[in-house]
Amino acid sequence: MSATGTEAAAGGLWSRLSLSQKQVLWAWAFLAVPVLFYTVIRFWPTVQAFYLSATDWNVMRPASYVGFENYRRLWSDPLFWQVFRNTFAYLLLGTPISLLLSFVVAYYLDRVRFMHSFIRALYFLPFLTTAAAMAWVWRWFYQPVPIGVINDILATFGLPQQPFLRSTTQALPAVLAPAIWAGLGFQIIIFLAGLRAIPSTYYEAARIDGLSEGAILRKITIPLLKPTLVFLVVFSSIGFLRIFDQVYNINSNDPGGPLNSTKPLVLMIYQTAFSSYEMGYAAAQTVVLFLILLVISLVQLRIMRDR
Amino acid sequence: MRLKHLLASVAMSATVLAATGAKAVEIEYWQYVFETRVKAMDQLIQKFQAANPDIKVKQTTFPYADYQTKVAASIMAGQGPDVVQLFYGWTDNFISGKMIQPLRASAFPAADIERDFFPIVSAMKRGNDYYGLPTAVRSLALFYNKKIFKDAGLDPANPPKTLDEFVAAAEKTAKRDGGGNLTQAGVTMDMTGQDHQWWREVLIRQNGGQPYTDNDSKVAYNDEAGLKALTFYIDLQKTKKVGQVGFMDEGQAAFRGGLAAMTIDGTFRLGSFNTIKAFEWGVTELPANAKGERSNYASYFANAITTKAQGEKLAAAEKFLAYISSPEAMKVWLEVVGELPARRAAALTPENLANPIYGPFLKGLEYAHTTEFKDEMAQRQVAIDMVNRVLIGGETPKDSLAKAATAEQAILDRAAKR
Repeated sequence: MSATGTEAAAGGLWSRLSLSQKQVLWAWAFLAVPVLFYTVIRFWPTVQAFYLSATDWNVMRPASYVGFENYRRLWSDPLFWQVFRNTFAYLLLGTPISLLLSFVVAYYLDRVRFMHSFIRALYFLPFLTTAAAMAWVWRWFYQPVPIGVINDILATFGLPQQPFLRSTTQALPAVLAPAIWAGLGFQIIIFLAGLRAIPSTYYEAARIDGLSEGAILRKITIPLLKPTLVFLVVFSSIGFLRIFDQVYNINSNDPGGPLNSTKPLVLMIYQTAFSSYEMGYAAAQTVVLFLILLVISLVQLRIMRDR
Repeated sequence: MRLKHLLASVAMSATVLAATGAKAVEIEYWQYVFETRVKAMDQLIQKFQAANPDIKVKQTTFPYADYQTKVAASIMAGQGPDVVQLFYGWTDNFISGKMIQPLRASAFPAADIERDFFPIVSAMKRGNDYYGLPTAVRSLALFYNKKIFKDAGLDPANPPKTLDEFVAAAEKTAKRDGGGNLTQAGVTMDMTGQDHQWWREVLIRQNGGQPYTDNDSKVAYNDEAGLKALTFYIDLQKTKKVGQVGFMDEGQAAFRGGLAAMTIDGTFRLGSFNTIKAFEWGVTELPANAKGERSNYASYFANAITTKAQGEKLAAAEKFLAYISSPEAMKVWLEVVGELPARRAAALTPENLANPIYGPFLKGLEYAHTTEFKDEMAQRQVAIDMVNRVLIGGETPKDSLAKAATAEQAILDRAAKR
């Protein structure tokens, strides 16, 4: 079909439309591509996942309807509850720690003039690194002697070795540390932008009035940073709830181990779907993850909305 | 207009293709990507086509990670291979998905298969039917570092033959620093590697038990033998202190790095260990127990005919399968890939048995067992967790073993329901 043909055919109709109608039509014509893309690539599979979660599809055989069986199994699966706790441990440790660290860094970096861009670039660098590569480097840091850097240092000073990834209590923080470190650069940049957006006249006025630095921070900086904070809390919460690459790569022989102590929900979904091929059960887990993400995002947006 | 032209040219090229292809039957062969395997198969296809000019074989390969999913999806869509390579442990899944068909007895008599192949081929048998045949098989053996052996005053030409000698050699070669930290392992401990197979099919049997019953559908290791086998393994770290789970991250890494005297691994590791320059290593059969009883774990990728192959394609697929399971093909496979022939006559030649590397692996095949995994990853995880519960969680081996048995039985039961 050629373009001239279309115009000629539609010419009569087209000329009868008003300018605003034409604008709307054009807008929809351009929007059609992303709308179609989102419908086919995003929304349709999402709907499919809901359907699959009520079936016993295992790739090999056609799916048959099992109702809420997958959800019942999930409810009584102790692994699910362990994974559930882990996922929230990532969220409840990761988000506050990373936001606090990045705010402190951004707050002081904002005042540094000497090599400001260079230092900022240094903080941003880990964010550009592939999570998988980073996880592997940290994996080696955590090894026991003779190859683990941290344990080598401990052993040199005669201190006892730490098991790190080989411990059910230390493994999760050990996996979380590189994840926080990697996300720091991004959060610092956003905080810096937020800090720069606060008019300097407010600070000048406060200083003339004799407010202490602490009071300025509490009364001016933090309240005015709220939109930035909301964005970062939601963004990093979703990030920690979906944590996967770091966990998988830092212990790829026993992903989520030892004894499932670092396994997040996304990894459980992956294993159920692509190593056990229980697609229906995996879809049910996906639906649960979706609901968790939805509820948390809504709650956060509500709590942090301007009063 | 343009669309019409396009359609016309597509139709034309399709007719041309159909016309040229009409002479020969074309069948498709699928396997996962692994350089030497693809190269070996290319050679086999060339030879096969030279001998059968009326058949054309097209080889398609995929990354291993997507392999099973892609095969399943394409066969269900009526596309895909006529002859397919599959891990023996996937057979149940492939049969229940109606993806592969039983080999016709006219082309592959069961009696011939059982006479010519190693007994582990029975893992491809359901009822009276065989569903596939392997070209090559893998088994386990004990790798040892000759340099470390020499330095510790052990004879590198005389590696341990029994479990007692194995432990004694490990005790002599393990090294610790002033703080008691392991700096050189006597033996690697890595359930995520091959140790779970060693525990399941070798140690349990050597202690008088058996891992499963009823075609590997019932867990049978929660008994005295299973406990002895687990305790033996745990004690390597806990009381003998000759190894440590997680030392150098992975067992094979520790051995490669020259910081472990011994490791248990499979034929598939030969390619990686052959590149070691820093020291000489040797291979020996897995240690026997005090009564001289040995066992081994063997596994393989088999080739099967899919349900898609019918009529003349089925006949062509049968010819091709027969060729790639022939002694000639096995010889090519051994030379190019380094995997052991699945036929006795092709494997147990005096030349192969005298080979210092292949010899111990081949001897292991005679008494090897093949676990009929229902979900290999999940069942491996059960073994990993069983050891971790004792070494990290401080549980008694007895409790941990019982938990492992329950967890694995649940996996087997779920698989049986599918």
